Amino acid sequence: MAGSCHLRVGRCRASEDGIAAIPAGVFLDLQIVDRVGGNRETFASMGRWLRERLAYVTGPQMAGPLVPVVAVLAAFLIGAGMLLALGANPLEGYQALLKGAFGDVDALADTALKSMPLLLVGIGICIAFRASVINIGGEGQMIAGAILSTLVALSCGDLPRPVLVPLVLVGGLVGGAIWGAIPGALKAYSGVNEILSTIMLNIVAVQLMNFLLRDLIMDPYEKEHGRLPQTQRLSENSDLPLLPGGTRLHIGVLVAVGMAGLAYVLLWRTSLGYRLRAVGHSSAAARYAGMPVKRTIVAALTFSGAMCGLAGAILVFGSESHRFVTDGSSVGFTGSAGFNGIVTALFGGLHPLWTIPSSFFFGGLQFGANAMQRAVQVPAALIVGLNGLVVVFVVSSDRLRRVVSESWGQGRAIGRERATSRSGEPALAMSEELDCGP
Amino acid sequence: MNEFFTVASLVFVVGSGIRLATPFLLAGLGETIGQRSGVLNLGVDGVMLLGAFGAYWTILETRSPIAGILVGIAVGLVMGLIYGVITVSLRAEQGISGIGIFLFGLGISDLLFQKKVGTPMPIRGFGDLHLPLLADIPKVGEMFFQHSVLVYIAFLLVPVVAFFLNHTTFGLNVRAVGENPAAADSLGVSVLRVRYTTILLANGLAGLAGAVLAAELGIFQQNLTNGQGFIAIALVYFGAWRPIGVMGGALLFGMVSATVLQWKTLGLVSGAASSLTAMAPAVLTILALVAISRTVGQPAALTRPFDRGQ
Amino acid sequence: MQVRKNRKFLGLVVLSAVLGLLAGACGSDGEVATGGDDGFRIAIVAPSASNDLAFSQSIVDGVGALTGVSAVDVTDGTFIVDDAAAAIRAYAGEGYDLVIAHGSQYGGSLQEIAPDFPDVAFAWGTSADTFGLPNVSAYTAASDQGGYVMGAMAASMTSTGIIGVIGPIAVGDAKLYVDGFVNGATESVTGITVNVNYIESFSDVALAAEAAQGHVANGADILTGTAQMVVGATGVAAEHGAKWFGTQSNQTALGPDIVVASQVYKWEVVLQGLVNGIKQGDLGGESHTITLENGGLAIEFNEGVDAGHARKIGEKAVKDISAGFTETGA
Repeated sequence: MAGSCHLRVGRCRASEDGIAAIPAGVFLDLQIVDRVGGNRETFASMGRWLRERLAYVTGPQMAGPLVPVVAVLAAFLIGAGMLLALGANPLEGYQALLKGAFGDVDALADTALKSMPLLLVGIGICIAFRASVINIGGEGQMIAGAILSTLVALSCGDLPRPVLVPLVLVGGLVGGAIWGAIPGALKAYSGVNEILSTIMLNIVAVQLMNFLLRDLIMDPYEKEHGRLPQTQRLSENSDLPLLPGGTRLHIGVLVAVGMAGLAYVLLWRTSLGYRLRAVGHSSAAARYAGMPVKRTIVAALTFSGAMCGLAGAILVFGSESHRFVTDGSSVGFTGSAGFNGIVTALFGGLHPLWTIPSSFFFGGLQFGANAMQRAVQVPAALIVGLNGLVVVFVVSSDRLRRVVSESWGQGRAIGRERATSRSGEPALAMSEELDCGP
Repeated sequence: MNEFFTVASLVFVVGSGIRLATPFLLAGLGETIGQRSGVLNLGVDGVMLLGAFGAYWTILETRSPIAGILVGIAVGLVMGLIYGVITVSLRAEQGISGIGIFLFGLGISDLLFQKKVGTPMPIRGFGDLHLPLLADIPKVGEMFFQHSVLVYIAFLLVPVVAFFLNHTTFGLNVRAVGENPAAADSLGVSVLRVRYTTILLANGLAGLAGAVLAAELGIFQQNLTNGQGFIAIALVYFGAWRPIGVMGGALLFGMVSATVLQWKTLGLVSGAASSLTAMAPAVLTILALVAISRTVGQPAALTRPFDRGQ
Repeated sequence: MQVRKNRKFLGLVVLSAVLGLLAGACGSDGEVATGGDDGFRIAIVAPSASNDLAFSQSIVDGVGALTGVSAVDVTDGTFIVDDAAAAIRAYAGEGYDLVIAHGSQYGGSLQEIAPDFPDVAFAWGTSADTFGLPNVSAYTAASDQGGYVMGAMAASMTSTGIIGVIGPIAVGDAKLYVDGFVNGATESVTGITVNVNYIESFSDVALAAEAAQGHVANGADILTGTAQMVVGATGVAAEHGAKWFGTQSNQTALGPDIVVASQVYKWEVVLQGLVNGIKQGDLGGESHTITLENGGLAIEFNEGVDAGHARKIGEKAVKDISAGFTETGA
């Protein structure tokens, strides 16, 4: 099982039924029969894939970082065109945006705070997508984490701070994990598509939040007066400690960065991580290799949900108001981090550590957008749209780069690097350009 | 509860459910066509938003609902072309491209609305079309035959799409491409052309769904769809990739929403408890899915880009 | 190898471009710090669009009507409470003379922020609570008064005896208005049915529209509603010829043929005194309410719709409430 992969170099095979060629280079000597479709599939090698990943992170060539940078520049070029069309000065707008996001210490601190949920959700997305599980339930999982951690703070508010702070964070982890495990179990044991179930569970979580905040855990003062859907000010012992430096930065940002490190260890240094990625490559192959595929899928969504839930808890206990408060929608609490986290993870090459700078960048865009709005009267919504363009450009760039590099006459070497996308997924392996000697 | 089980109340719930189901149905039918050819588009919601804004702005400026609907479809087609280039020609990962399209539509429709319109001015849509004779049948007419023309079109599209998928050569090609693009290709079917066509159809319908929403509500605002596009995608899975199943799912979602709304109007549920009832459509959808999921399989090549190789 | 070099080169170009942009962004500080010494600057943080014909527009219009103010900055659309908190803190740090947190959901944050800026005056609403802080003023609207007037008028206009109300979540300003409306309608005409539907959302226009459909199907011929999602409902009212009563801003533009009257918030009535006080060095610490009596609430009729007898009833109700003869019961 795990750890005993037998690597061979330079092999090449042809299968019998239409898939013309099999990847050459280093690859796992594992060939499997997909019993459902009857297709014989060979999948890209774990070893080569790891090497690519490494090349992306540390490689001498600029290709890895270059792709996202060019994608951002292209998106912002189009954004500049829109600004011009709307009668605003793009240079002035972007200058205000950058300055608002990274201009001084306070701005950097605010950007870091804004990045925190993006980072944690992004880490969760890395874990899920590595296992080829599409988690669109970040919003609901954040809310679930917030709910459980709030319940912990409300019921154990007297505990001393060194105990309570970790406890509420664990509450967030557990809440999100539960909300992730449900679609995981539904997928693994009932065959329910996780896209569908996570979308539906987002709706359920929002309504559960609305119910609790207006009934069981509503601020007793509000029950008598304004009936705002919010909790009372949560115990001061649950306030996340501020970091020294006089900014609003709190320990939650450090926790998020630490989680990125842990997720890296999980994915690349543990056998569970190996299983997650193996299932991501090909669940059929993983099953053939004797891995518990179903449990692994549940684990992927559970860990993914736990990260999102932690983000929800930190949003509550690191907020200015130290309350759980809603406007009745999920975005009113999460700020769409459940979706935008997908963008940051993708931008970070689905690598938890690269997701750190990626989320900082997107957090900065989100925070700086308000400054841009004030400077040139162009709504911050522009930045949401540009985020979408960045995603589109990044995911399209793989093929584009290959086209470009082919025209330079050096096709293969570059075509191999996959800066983005769920690398190694069987479908992608099938569509990859194959190189088979005669 | 007795107030709910009156004829007038039930008649309203059915009519209301049909109205609420219409945008889900249109977007879901489009997504069904796309997925049958192996293309997942998570960007439906974004396309709907852009289509809705296009239609709204056109109707606001020209006062012509027909022009608005056409613009909504056109916006959808343009987005479809872009999505085709991304996912078919450039073979990008479909799920993530879709999120990109969604965010693009969400942001840009809001941006254009704020800069070009600002204050939410109401527009006039088509108004209800009472079908001759049928609309006069007591109760039944009120439930089924006193809707906007767009509602009839949406439901007429169900058999049309079903026929297209199951009984035409092109429909056969679509399904072949969705199950095994390599085999279809070896039989001389152009995977590229089939997928571009289905993507254009899917996004055109999504644009239409958005336009219908804007025209029926007579208004646009930031995030008008409120996630309806995502629910439409879920309903495609729910409907097991069959138009009739998607219609069933859309109606279920619409009817349950209408029922909850009617309960609230009549004061049968109130305050915090109504949030619990608002979960009902989502929970029902999940339960229904658990019940049927074992018996159906998705198109084998769903989300897989196709490359003929060398 | 040549490819790599090319790419390296391209990378360098890109990097330098990015650095250039950053440098440009951090370099020039030109346009800040204008305005002069006696300029009085107000910042507003509001949860929805500042031209929403509802809650947020009311404060922007109100501040626009103030005299002796040199600059107004608005951050709108901050329905995420912590975003609003960041904006409030930023404005306070930038030295605005008055920072307005326009949303009762911002109170919890303001309570933490205001003590950090003892020299900055804050106003927040809608609420009556200043947390005992000397630099925080609270403002609120007795929207139940206008609601009561509207309810009395609606009750006299309905021919079916059924009136429909669409609310967001049963909280704060919305609940006050709706309660006043219901009391006004039921107390002035016996046997009136008022169906209230809180759709549990401030943003879902589609649901608001369907709720209006529901009211009409249940026989309502007069509708009202509060919060920004009611724009969906006015279209339905127009389609079915139902009359509409608006609140928060003058909503005549939403339905020139159906809007009978709107309760309009004139925040300038309380804000002007606040501004004058701050200039004298009094940062606040008190709670203010706009009412029909002090002119902060006004009933604006749409001359395009003939309210007939109801207009007289409304005007009488305004007088009775102003004089304290009528209790709204909310």
